[in-house]
Amino acid sequence: MRKDYRLEKRKYVIGGFILLICFIYIGRLYSLQIDDDKYKNYADSNAFLKKTVYPSRGLMYDRNGELVVYNQPAYDVMMIPRDVQPFDTISFCNALKITREQFDKRIADMKKSVGYSTYTPQTFLTQLSAEDYGRLMEKLYLFPGFFIQKRILRQYKHVAAANVLGNIREVNRQDIKRDPYFERGDYCGDLGVEKSYDTYLRGVKGKEILIRDVHGRIQGRYLDGQADVPSVAGRNLTLSLDINLQQYAESLMVNKIGAVVAIEPKTGEILAMVSSPTYDPNMLVGRKRGDSYKKLTKDKYKPLFDRALQAAYPPGSTFKPGQGLILLQEGIINTNTAYSCYGGYISGGLRVGCHGHSSPLALKPALQTSCNAFFCWGLKNMLDNRKAKYGSVANAFETWKLHLVSMGFGYRLGVDLPSENRGFLPNAQFYSKTYGEGHWSANTIISVAIGQGEVLATPLQIANLCATIANRGWFITPHVVKEIQDTVMPSEYTERKYPTIDTRHYDVVAEGMRMAVTGGTCRLANLPNIEVCGKTGTAQNPHGKDHSAFMGFAPYDDPQIAVCVYVENAGFGATYGVPIGSLIIEKYLNGQIAPERKYIEERMLHSNTIIYSGVRKH
Amino acid sequence: MNNNRNTSVFKNLDWTVVIIYFLLVVAGALSIYASSYDFDNASIFDFSEFSGKQFRWAGLSFVLGFVLLLIDRRMYETYAYVIYFLIVILLVVTIFIAPDINGSRSWIVLGSMSLQPAEFGKFATALALAKLFSTYNFNLTAKPSNFIKALLIIFVPIILILAQKETGSALVYMSLIFVLYREGMSGLVLFAGFFAVVIFVVTIKFAESIVLGMPQGEFVVMLLIMVVMVAMIATYSKGYAAARNLAIGYVLSIILLLILNQLELSIPGRIYMLSAIGLGILYCIYELMRNHLRRIAIPIGCAVASIVMMFSVNYVFNDVLQPHQQMRIKVTLGMEDDLLGVGYNVNQSKIAIGSGGFWGKGFLQGTQTKLDYVPEQHTDFIFCTIGEEEGFIGSALTVIAFLVLILRIITIAERQPTTFGRVYAYCVASYLIFHVCINIGMVIDLCPVIGIPLPFFSYGGSSLWGFTVLLFILLRIDASRRDSRNY
Repeated sequence: MRKDYRLEKRKYVIGGFILLICFIYIGRLYSLQIDDDKYKNYADSNAFLKKTVYPSRGLMYDRNGELVVYNQPAYDVMMIPRDVQPFDTISFCNALKITREQFDKRIADMKKSVGYSTYTPQTFLTQLSAEDYGRLMEKLYLFPGFFIQKRILRQYKHVAAANVLGNIREVNRQDIKRDPYFERGDYCGDLGVEKSYDTYLRGVKGKEILIRDVHGRIQGRYLDGQADVPSVAGRNLTLSLDINLQQYAESLMVNKIGAVVAIEPKTGEILAMVSSPTYDPNMLVGRKRGDSYKKLTKDKYKPLFDRALQAAYPPGSTFKPGQGLILLQEGIINTNTAYSCYGGYISGGLRVGCHGHSSPLALKPALQTSCNAFFCWGLKNMLDNRKAKYGSVANAFETWKLHLVSMGFGYRLGVDLPSENRGFLPNAQFYSKTYGEGHWSANTIISVAIGQGEVLATPLQIANLCATIANRGWFITPHVVKEIQDTVMPSEYTERKYPTIDTRHYDVVAEGMRMAVTGGTCRLANLPNIEVCGKTGTAQNPHGKDHSAFMGFAPYDDPQIAVCVYVENAGFGATYGVPIGSLIIEKYLNGQIAPERKYIEERMLHSNTIIYSGVRKH
Repeated sequence: MNNNRNTSVFKNLDWTVVIIYFLLVVAGALSIYASSYDFDNASIFDFSEFSGKQFRWAGLSFVLGFVLLLIDRRMYETYAYVIYFLIVILLVVTIFIAPDINGSRSWIVLGSMSLQPAEFGKFATALALAKLFSTYNFNLTAKPSNFIKALLIIFVPIILILAQKETGSALVYMSLIFVLYREGMSGLVLFAGFFAVVIFVVTIKFAESIVLGMPQGEFVVMLLIMVVMVAMIATYSKGYAAARNLAIGYVLSIILLLILNQLELSIPGRIYMLSAIGLGILYCIYELMRNHLRRIAIPIGCAVASIVMMFSVNYVFNDVLQPHQQMRIKVTLGMEDDLLGVGYNVNQSKIAIGSGGFWGKGFLQGTQTKLDYVPEQHTDFIFCTIGEEEGFIGSALTVIAFLVLILRIITIAERQPTTFGRVYAYCVASYLIFHVCINIGMVIDLCPVIGIPLPFFSYGGSSLWGFTVLLFILLRIDASRRDSRNY
């Protein structure tokens, strides 16, 4: 047997060759499988179709359990562009009741939108009606790549409280940046409770992981659904609003510009909050939302502007009870201190007019008659009283201001609604800047004593002052949500807050306000069987006719409701503020309007003050 | 007597190969099951499914292997040419009777069964080649006619299979060059083949960037030619003087070229380099004449052939190859990304393997392969399933199993007392080397896509049985190596 040993060595060449190749291959496998994670992600995005499961949004009930906001299913037509195969566009358009042009435009718009990708679901058409949905579903199998995503639409059972309830809209880029929870196509609350309680209402989105093959066909659920995340339904809210009262208040405010805030003093719960003119919340639902929203923003009466908490008005005479409290607290006056008023406050060449009433008078009759002079003298004695405890006008003014701040003025009250205005309270520095340090005194700024001048307050703040007086010395931050399902309300809305005024001083002021109703400026609010307390306000303003304001509470002994009415450019407080406020109180406490007061209701329902507003519609 | 021989067969059987074979076949069938696993309908033994069929074929292949072990080894030696001849006839017939399946006419359909004769051509060719080499006093390099006979045995099936449009299967027979090499063919041929591949790849891959007034690819290739020339002269001439002179000349000319380039003189780089090599060749011819060293003709021939090769590559690539073939090569060389066309398979297959990680996703848990993202995953791309579900550990072990099998077969080959046994064993090793290198290389994107199966793994009875026959004939020959001394 011949064997060539020289040639046998060649086995090492052949063996070495395959050894080298295998070594290279194992190295390559290492770099593919261990070194690099990107393939894993590619495989996942190939195979897993992550479908979002949208939770149902929380419902809203009013304080009596009446359903106010609920959901209605809507259907979005989605498409994954990569999976779309040529299809019969005509029959597709017919099923959706759109034209070929609209179809092309939608596709073009979609391609331009942020985050467009041919691999991920894109929204082709939103919020299909149930009817269109049915028609499309019959034919959907003909259009591979298209599918239906179930969404919800908000429905508002009552045409009321649009400013409080708010609405929902699709999230924009800023929203997504602000809150990582959001993804494109999600909805978030816009305005009102929908916005401020969005995190409770929206629930938690779920994820369904489906397995998709190369043709885009769904092959089943990943791990039989074990990896799916179920969605958590949003929490239901019980509003503190009384939707009937809200509707009634809104009807009274028709054709008027202004606001109404009604608070249950004991709890700080807002019973009604009207901003007028208002709009139908159902306008901002569904596909018409965009157009409606544009229309509302262009409306010269600014219906989207919630005057109840965003408008800062001069409080006028509704400020006076607060002034009385400060003067009592600071010991500038006692219940018997009387100031004279002969048609006004005249001091150092300055004159603040007043109306006819007896003179001199003490705090209670001053509130009853809304005497300007009394409160001007009071403030003058407080600020110019250098020998007393303050040392300077500025210090005295700061003391005055801090009392008001403790009553809820000058800063946001912290209502559970977005975009609250803080109103305005000047401080000593403000005046020092305007007039020069030491160059101002009580007379310079005397109009703040009667709620004019630099002082501005929101109707909500005025209502809160009223609630504080009703409670005789404390308030709970006003809020519109009474209960959140399965959650405890934040302590902010349950704790009493005590302004820096001793509670013993409140009775006098309340009595004064009661006298205003029985025999003063608010006589129209003198209900036969309810002891109403009130205070009118007639605020001068640079826009035209005086604003008509009223704040009041009832009953005197056990207050159930505190209300602030503010009607722009409507004249005396007694002409609009008092009747509207008293009707709201009566409606809330009695459930109906007494026959002998029906004429007031009629007048308020049909009167129009918008014509004095100076806003020209066209 | 007969009984005795059979007991000695099992006593002398190489169990290493048997065990690796068994493991690979079982792993293969399970991979097919995994790759065709349907989430709703999961039955291993449903014979209408790929996996059911594969399990049946696997079972039959064990029977087939057992039967082959019972056949006397002398049968193979005696009937080698007959078997070869019959298979060649079958291959010819196939061309005419096979239906057109995706452009290939390589499947004979018998009722519900179909058979690929090309798979069985392998063992027949191996037997014929072994028989040729074991002819008394046969020496491959002694006379050219011997070499031609060997080439004839190899090229007849290649041509027939090419005629069936099964390019991949035909190329497999080229692997028999390893056998020729082992049996005495000059290593120069292997080296030339390797160098030709390098020239091809470098020329194509770097054809588009220009350096020193010529395509970068050509510059690099000419540098390589210079280096190889120097090395070969050093090997083939007496002493190192000639090689040293040549090396100095080349280095100086390159330096001069770089200096001229720095001076921003525009030199026709290609002509300059060609002239340098030409001068080198002239110098070698001078050495040849002076020393009467005929062996120096080899490096000269190689250099000339390489230059010709280099210039013909572009022509072949652009004018001979079909566009889809050009594309495949470009994709493999990383010059183009064609993720929706040619590159789609390979890309998805890389994703499948890469997503497996170290431990894999677990048996039946692969998403890429389960959901049909990798086309041909149960046939040529079956390795993806292993990579995805069994991870690095599984795929590396598979590679190692093949490596051990091949090295074991080489060991078996070298322990054969007969030339017949040795040549046959090397044929088996060569086929396996080619299949494993090309198939796995293609799946992990290191080789161009050539459609050949992964032995024992890829779906299909023909491939599995073809390799079973190859391997068990070898085992039988090896098992009776001791008694062969007696005749």
